[in-house]
Amino acid sequence: MGKLTEIFNNYPDLSRDNLIPILQDIQDKDGFLSKESIVEVGSHLRMPSSKIYGVATFYNQFKFQPNGKYHIQICRGTACHVLGSASVLSELEKQLKIKAGQTTRDQLFSLEIVACIGACGLAPVISINGEFYANVDEIKLSNILSECRKNKEEKL
Amino acid sequence: MEIPTDIETLYQFPTENSRSWESVLNFTDYPYFKNQKRFVLQNCGILNPVSIAEYIAFGGYSSYLKTIKSNKPNEVCEMVEESGLRGRGGGGFTTGTKWKFAHNTEADQKYLICNADEGDPGAFMDRAVIEGDPHRLLEGMMLAAYAIGASKSYVYIRAEYPLAIKRLKIAIEQAKKYGLIGENIFGSEIDFEIKVKVGAGAFVCGEETALINSIEGKRGMPKPRPPFPAVKGLFGKPTIINNVETLSCLREIIPTGVEEFKAIGTERSKGTKVFALSGKVNLTGLVEVPMGTTIREVIFDIAGGIPNNKKFKSVQIGGPSGGCITEENLDIEVDYDSLISIGAMMGSGGLVVMDEDTCMVDVAKFFMDFIQRESCGKCIPCREGTRRMLEILEDITHKPVTSSENEALERFKGVTQLEKLGKVIKETSLCGLGQTAPNPVLSTIKWFREEYEEHIFDRKCRANVCTELRTFTIDVDNCTGCTVCAKKCPTDAIIGSRKTPHFIVEDKCISCGTCYDVCKFNSIVIS
Repeated sequence: MGKLTEIFNNYPDLSRDNLIPILQDIQDKDGFLSKESIVEVGSHLRMPSSKIYGVATFYNQFKFQPNGKYHIQICRGTACHVLGSASVLSELEKQLKIKAGQTTRDQLFSLEIVACIGACGLAPVISINGEFYANVDEIKLSNILSECRKNKEEKL
Repeated sequence: MEIPTDIETLYQFPTENSRSWESVLNFTDYPYFKNQKRFVLQNCGILNPVSIAEYIAFGGYSSYLKTIKSNKPNEVCEMVEESGLRGRGGGGFTTGTKWKFAHNTEADQKYLICNADEGDPGAFMDRAVIEGDPHRLLEGMMLAAYAIGASKSYVYIRAEYPLAIKRLKIAIEQAKKYGLIGENIFGSEIDFEIKVKVGAGAFVCGEETALINSIEGKRGMPKPRPPFPAVKGLFGKPTIINNVETLSCLREIIPTGVEEFKAIGTERSKGTKVFALSGKVNLTGLVEVPMGTTIREVIFDIAGGIPNNKKFKSVQIGGPSGGCITEENLDIEVDYDSLISIGAMMGSGGLVVMDEDTCMVDVAKFFMDFIQRESCGKCIPCREGTRRMLEILEDITHKPVTSSENEALERFKGVTQLEKLGKVIKETSLCGLGQTAPNPVLSTIKWFREEYEEHIFDRKCRANVCTELRTFTIDVDNCTGCTVCAKKCPTDAIIGSRKTPHFIVEDKCISCGTCYDVCKFNSIVIS
């Protein structure tokens, strides 16, 4: 019995259309898909784990490394692009000293580019752990980041 | 109309009993709303989205119950075909005709899928409908499922819309409690079931066959058609896939609104269309207007024009599969066919407004970058072709900034190649993504050829967006020789000794702008 039994119990029939929801649930729980969990899903659904890995890598949503404590998503949709999200991105990369898709060494921040989060009226937009920040510019960005850093220190 | 600016209240809702406040406009007199015809969005922001009781009090679910009591499924298909409703997701296929295919196919199980995978960057109307009026979508789905004879249905919704997913799930639970979803609905022997499938972030899954693959738990890659999903779709059964906005129109059409719906719009495109306005425009948000309204009315009369007295340049419609509408085409009546005639496309209706500070080559590059990342990789024209197109565009906007004639010629050849490549990709790709992928590039070349030529021959970007085309020089009079720029320069392109004016070696300079940022004496000049 693996640690994913609880999730598997929600999907009693072993049909393949449950694969993506199961992977999503695992990611919700762990924050990412580990090698072990993919193998376990494979033996549960009676599918080769290579197939599962193939599906998981196709979709942008699935991660194979854990995210930072603050997961920053930067919208690179058309409206955000026209209003300068490229410079917001380079500023973020500069301040966090990571590239998009990476996590900082202290595991505090991770940065991800998303295609569009559907908040084009508020462009340029970033979202930190699901919370939206509108009309972001360089100054706003430093304030947001230092706020995150401060919150972290308070908790320790 | 003059908008009072000295008060904090924006507008008020007129009611029969209350006296209006002085000098505050009624909501319906406000220019943003006055020129709209809210049809799909009529309840958004007015009804409580998590209350089925409010929706029913405003006449909700009456269309569905009336229909299943008094109309046969084929009559419903007829009605929708008669109304002229066309798919709002992009293609613009007549909804009633599509339904008839599925209706006339014999099968033990049929499926209805609501496509809420709104991947187009710049479009957010589906999200607004689901977040603001989820029951309207459910009622539309019930009507559609009844017409085609589907007892099971799916909503395929993007993971990027958590609030919409939450509200949709609440709405489904409420409808189940009221007996609107389940078995033998109100004694009619109709069964109906809705499942929510959360997408996993792939733009191509907005394509019908890719979406079906994704629901089946496979990689979201399109399949060749025929067989069309209406005949052989999800799990090999007849499947109808409709967009959120299409389904949300239905309760106004069936069973008694056909004539009313037909009266709105142009000859071949009926009803209203929701546009998502964003970019460089004063009021951003959702605007619902009858088909046939001009883009000029939408941008200047409803949304208040361009901010900061800038000049309008173009508006991008239809996201990565659409094209540009320029000043000269602003007055055409917008419908599915008129847009195609000018090389654009309705798409899902995202309007991104651009002013003189936007570089069209950069916009084309942006879309190509998006498409080549999102291409599923199944067929070669799309996978390789879009990549090559992106490379050519990068070549145009990147260094070296030399004026050697040979290089300029190479870049110019690139543009003719872009046109050729675009044509091949359009003709040979398997699915809608590839077939429309070159549109943003072809449309910008068509309308803004002079900007491309400026990038190629003059090596300059008139909007100052393509940063690599800037050249930096040092103003000798201002430079104090503090050496800060030379120390910070990532490529050691700045030379000069202490306390004497410095000099930038153009061949080494990558135009990153670091020297401009660090200079305290404003002696770096950008041209």
